[in-house]
Amino acid sequence: MRIETRRRWAIAWLTGPAYLWLAVTIFLPLSAMLYFSFQKKGPFGKHASEFSLKHYEAFFTKGYLQDLMWRSLEMGFHVTGLCILIGFPAAYWLARRIRGRWREALFLLIVLPFWSNALVRVFSWTIVLRPDGVLDRAVQSVIPGLPAIDLTDSYPAIIIGLVHSYLPYMILTCFLSLQAIDESLLEAARSLGARSWTILVRIILPLAVPGLAAGSILIFVPVIGSFFEPRLLGGPKGTVIGTVIEEQFTVVSNWPLGGALSFILLAIVLLILAVAAPVLKNHMRTT
Amino acid sequence: MSAVDVRNVSKHYGAVTALDRVSLAFPNGSFFALLGPSGSGKTTLLRALAGFVEPDEGMIFIDDQDVAHIPSFRRNIGMVFQNYALFPHMSVFDNVAFGLTVRRLPRAEVRQRVTKILELVRLDGLDRRKPRELSGGQQQRVALARALVTEPRVLLLDEPLGALDKKLRQDMQGELKRIQRTVGITTVFVTHDQEEALTLSDHIAIIDEGRLIQVGEPGDVYDRPHTRFAANFLGDANFLSGSVRDSGIMVDRLGYIATTSPLPAGEATIAVRPERIRLMAPDTATQDNRIEGRVAERVFSGASLTYTVDTDAGPLRVLRQNADGDVIDIGDRVALVWLADHSVVVED
Repeated sequence: MRIETRRRWAIAWLTGPAYLWLAVTIFLPLSAMLYFSFQKKGPFGKHASEFSLKHYEAFFTKGYLQDLMWRSLEMGFHVTGLCILIGFPAAYWLARRIRGRWREALFLLIVLPFWSNALVRVFSWTIVLRPDGVLDRAVQSVIPGLPAIDLTDSYPAIIIGLVHSYLPYMILTCFLSLQAIDESLLEAARSLGARSWTILVRIILPLAVPGLAAGSILIFVPVIGSFFEPRLLGGPKGTVIGTVIEEQFTVVSNWPLGGALSFILLAIVLLILAVAAPVLKNHMRTT
Repeated sequence: MSAVDVRNVSKHYGAVTALDRVSLAFPNGSFFALLGPSGSGKTTLLRALAGFVEPDEGMIFIDDQDVAHIPSFRRNIGMVFQNYALFPHMSVFDNVAFGLTVRRLPRAEVRQRVTKILELVRLDGLDRRKPRELSGGQQQRVALARALVTEPRVLLLDEPLGALDKKLRQDMQGELKRIQRTVGITTVFVTHDQEEALTLSDHIAIIDEGRLIQVGEPGDVYDRPHTRFAANFLGDANFLSGSVRDSGIMVDRLGYIATTSPLPAGEATIAVRPERIRLMAPDTATQDNRIEGRVAERVFSGASLTYTVDTDAGPLRVLRQNADGDVIDIGDRVALVWLADHSVVVED
């Protein structure tokens, strides 16, 4: 009994600071934002606090907000999908084909973008993608006379920038689950008559699902809320729900609408996770 | 006819020679043990049969087809891995059915064959479990069922019982033998456990440093080891060296030791198994080989006792069944007596 109580105290002491920190940095600001989202007006000027649902209603009545939300989700799917298409093979190659020093060196290259400022990275892409930019010149030098490539202020530019920023997450999470696959499993499959393609589809992919899922969540969630990549790379075409939310706080000072949209975004993310959870749980249990 | 025939197979890893011109014929339906210490090349040989290692030289015939350079998935082999290598995301049924579904057999046939093989390994009723919900012994049976269900031409076992505790290992040895006999499949298994090799197999190949040392039936290899290494690795042995005279050797300070094995000219080494030596009173007269010594050490292991006896040619080990509960005291003088038949001439 004494040991039991002492253990409880130890747990409280050891975990307490972390929970306190989470409460101060996440729970408090989030509750404040939730409070504002149900206010008629923001915390500026002198007016009494007044409960209102109008900012939530705004989302359902104003079609363009729904369009922008849809646009953001679409962007999230596109970026996540491309990250899987590029990241999974890269992770496979790193985890199963490359050994020793080379692997460390390649890992460094993958993590390198994390060391530079995100804004600088995005601006670099504008230099690459503009007409007469790096990409244009490179293509022209190979095939002269081709029409100029101009990706400035375009949807593909946003996607390229976002994929570049978030790809490392997919590579790292997939790498971890691919590396955990015992080589003897693949040999067993081969001895039973399976060719490479069958082994990939029936053994490797199912066992890599946890990595793919973790990577997808780590990418999808921030991408649908992103705002400076769409704005800098998409220009006038780069309006998404993220940029609208950001403007509510920085430009038009409509905190309640910004808050309401943020919580709708959060609700959609939670909904998607809830739908995906049973499938993932099933897979996690097996590995 | 040999089901599997290995001819002059060599494999090098950089400067290391894993297999050095190994030739070995595995008779049809045999239960063949590859025995050797770790790093001897026995696993490399098994993996070459499986197709995971491509030999640098030589040929590997399975049913008269040279498969040395044919990929694993086209060899029609069954393999049980040391860690079982069960697919963790599949049920027992799906694991066993894998080889059949890969071959695109109709579902009804898959179901029927999986059910039948699970009965053979006595796992019926567990087909919906996941591998991690099974005990070590049950996982082993799933691995065996999965390897056998495709009716392969040869079954390869890589230290199949290494991960099990002693009691379970003995049970599984019996099971393995029963299943192998029922199916009648040529089986090659790798082990470093000499007892396992003797119990399970009907043929043993002793391998060391990539070379084949000796092949034969367990009794022959045990009774007539060709080399000092074979005598020492399969069982325990005492060695006596001396110059050849008539049908025996003269050992320094010890005298004449007779043997019935053919002797080389000059010097020779004789191996004697500890259990072939009888301990007698020091004044016993006998026609057999006889040397005297003093008991220096006694190790009690239940059913038997091992004595170390100091003789003029050094310490010799003697194994004695604990049949009558008689124990010889340390320091007692004894005579060590054995038949000339049990003096086996070995190469150094």
